[in-house]
Amino acid sequence: MTALVVICAYLVVLLGIGLVANRLFRGTGDDYFLASHSIGPVLLLMSLFGTTMTAFALVGSTAKAYQVGIGTYGLMASWAAVVHPLMFAFIGVPVWHLGKRHGYATQVQLLRDRFRSDLLGWLLVPILVVLVMPYLLVGIQGAGITVAAVTKGVTTTAAGDPAGVPAWLTGLVICAVVLTYVFFGGIRAAAWANTFQTSVFLVVAVLTFVTIASALGGPAAAIDKAAAARPELLVREGTMTQAHFLSYGLVGLSVGTFPHIFQHWLTARSSNTLKLSVVAHPVLVMLVWLPCVLIGVWAAGQLTLPLDQANKVLGIMVAKFTSPIMSGVLTAGVLAAIMSSLDSQFLALGSIFTHDVVLHARPQTDERAKVWLGRAFTVGVVAVTYGLSLFESRSVFDLGVWCFSGFTGLVPLMLATLYWRRATAAGAIASVLATIVTWVVLFVQYLDHPVGEDFLVAGVMPVTWIVLASAVAMVGVSLVTRPPEQAVLARFFRG
Amino acid sequence: MTARRIVLAVVVLLALLHQDTWLWDDPTLVLGFLPAGLAWHVGLSLVAAGVWWAVTRFAWPEDPLGADASGAEVGR
Repeated sequence: MTALVVICAYLVVLLGIGLVANRLFRGTGDDYFLASHSIGPVLLLMSLFGTTMTAFALVGSTAKAYQVGIGTYGLMASWAAVVHPLMFAFIGVPVWHLGKRHGYATQVQLLRDRFRSDLLGWLLVPILVVLVMPYLLVGIQGAGITVAAVTKGVTTTAAGDPAGVPAWLTGLVICAVVLTYVFFGGIRAAAWANTFQTSVFLVVAVLTFVTIASALGGPAAAIDKAAAARPELLVREGTMTQAHFLSYGLVGLSVGTFPHIFQHWLTARSSNTLKLSVVAHPVLVMLVWLPCVLIGVWAAGQLTLPLDQANKVLGIMVAKFTSPIMSGVLTAGVLAAIMSSLDSQFLALGSIFTHDVVLHARPQTDERAKVWLGRAFTVGVVAVTYGLSLFESRSVFDLGVWCFSGFTGLVPLMLATLYWRRATAAGAIASVLATIVTWVVLFVQYLDHPVGEDFLVAGVMPVTWIVLASAVAMVGVSLVTRPPEQAVLARFFRG
Repeated sequence: MTARRIVLAVVVLLALLHQDTWLWDDPTLVLGFLPAGLAWHVGLSLVAAGVWWAVTRFAWPEDPLGADASGAEVGR
């Protein structure tokens, strides 16, 4: 019960911060969706980092480390240190310049303008929505799993066994809290709330590590016990192949095409505002992932949980090895990571429906109506996502990887948009279709695959084939179709 | 060498360092608690931060239309 009180207190404080940030809201569509391009380096860093770290980073990384060991860090965290800043600098900076100059709020606006193709826009809208949905579900379900484990005993099941707060209730509460501050304050409220939440989960990740390490007799004792139980977790031999490890790097490229990241880039005060994010992101990722991966490995020496239930590892370790107050604080940190992603994702989807569907058809809509459209669509997105979250899904980590793989499939399109004059609308459409077809074909095969084991195609991650098909289609079809007109290119390239 | 080529070279170098085949089956514990493979990748994260700092100083991407391009045009 103590943990539950701490979690509730955290949610109240968060609501307060979100609502205070709302006082800075200027009442325009540009302010609601892009904070009037006024966000400074620290807020941007915390927003970008908070948005990229979700249940996937905390619950998922711990679970994956419990399953396959220390290689989990290299699969995602050190790859993120290499490729996330690359995307921030070499997609984020040109996007910021073009977005500021031409007035874009979404990726679809940029792509429709660059390729003069409505069809491309209508093709991309449902794809972006469908790909963000699993990412949202990862967050809501991760929160439900963690809170249920930490609060075990506050209630009982129908059979009389001890149970925690049901996942449906946790999901409902966090959706309501996030929706409240996003509804009133838009992305500026999300940026302030993210800054607070990111600070909380960074501190909490370190606290979790120290507290659990202490309870286990120190990190050396904890790792020794894990090594005695499952020595394979301390190496990568037998848990993953070199090709598998290498191909994971492609998954991280997905940050270059996330709609919520695109939206955060555009909130920056200037393109130089992104510099702090480029430099500090690798360090912040390390501060979160290292403790989580170690806790997942240590759990192997403490728990006998089946591998297909690894999503519960973080919640169980926190409940088992910390005090109720600490347990509540740590759970609040997990919720912070999750909600700091949910808010941006909800807003990004609301922005897509507002700009790429309604305003695209009725561009003369006034500012007040734009804000209310954004709010209405955001409420709709939250309601649909919450409904979907009530269904059981597979591993949090696997679900996240599939979502990221789809976005990586769109990276060749985004790079060609910004750096290749010869790219054509037909090439762009072919690239998107190639992404869809390869993603669907491989995902259907994955559904028959055991949970907890990586699904590989010819020894590498499916994302390899998705991005390859997308790139070949982009280049091949562009080269055999008529080049874009100079007047159009002059809006995007120098000289 | 343009900024883009410098960054491409840097990313390839970091990717090569990421593929630490020599630590693949090394169970040695660094500082008594950190498996060698994990310690390497934590170090790589820190090195990457330093490399990206250098990129922000010496190879930061420019405005695709150049600094003197008109900022007044508003598209769709």
